[in-house]
Amino acid sequence: MQVKLRAFAAIRDSLGFGEKHVELPDGARVEALLQHLHTLHPAAGLPERHFSIAVNRSFVPRDHVLNDGDEVALIPPVSGG
Amino acid sequence: MRLYEITGGPISLDNVMARVVNPARGGVTLFAGTVRGITGEAETDYLEYEAYPEMAEASFASIAGEAKQRWPDIAEVAVVHRVGRLEVGDVAIVIAVAASHRRDTFDACHYIIDRIKEVSPIWKKEVSPGGALWIEGPESKL
Repeated sequence: MQVKLRAFAAIRDSLGFGEKHVELPDGARVEALLQHLHTLHPAAGLPERHFSIAVNRSFVPRDHVLNDGDEVALIPPVSGG
Repeated sequence: MRLYEITGGPISLDNVMARVVNPARGGVTLFAGTVRGITGEAETDYLEYEAYPEMAEASFASIAGEAKQRWPDIAEVAVVHRVGRLEVGDVAIVIAVAASHRRDTFDACHYIIDRIKEVSPIWKKEVSPGGALWIEGPESKL
């Protein structure tokens, strides 16, 4: 299956992209996607960073099961206003 | 007119207020957040705001819903946040809260800006003589 990954602010800068399609095995959880990203982009230091995950624009825990076509966003601590 | 919006251009207070006024509403509280050039000893040249626009707009709507539930007399809320490069003094956000009477519009407006700073997916990068830094908001609950 394929998910659309979006990254913002400091995490976007570290990964070097803001948007990317990622292939994952069916039934993969958010944590598997993060592991996959860490393997591809170790310098981004994802395991040491603090961020939340949104799937289809709602916050989810790390064990959330992903579906084909999901939009997964990496959301660092916010600073709007 | 859209009530909840991420925009790339300047924000007019009159324009945001016009989104919530009508003949049944006699009280409107407006909040404007502007770019600060001096924080304590530190100077800022300009800010770069970034948002996850679709989710930020949905979060404004959901926060406005919370406020209306808490203060049932609130008739309408509009929130517009600007992204991109903002200079010192530019308006970054405007919130308009309207009701038939002024009572509760102040508290609701205060509640809405506090919640936006906690959960809305928007970020600012501060560019100063010393370099550029993404800010992780002290009020963020994420």
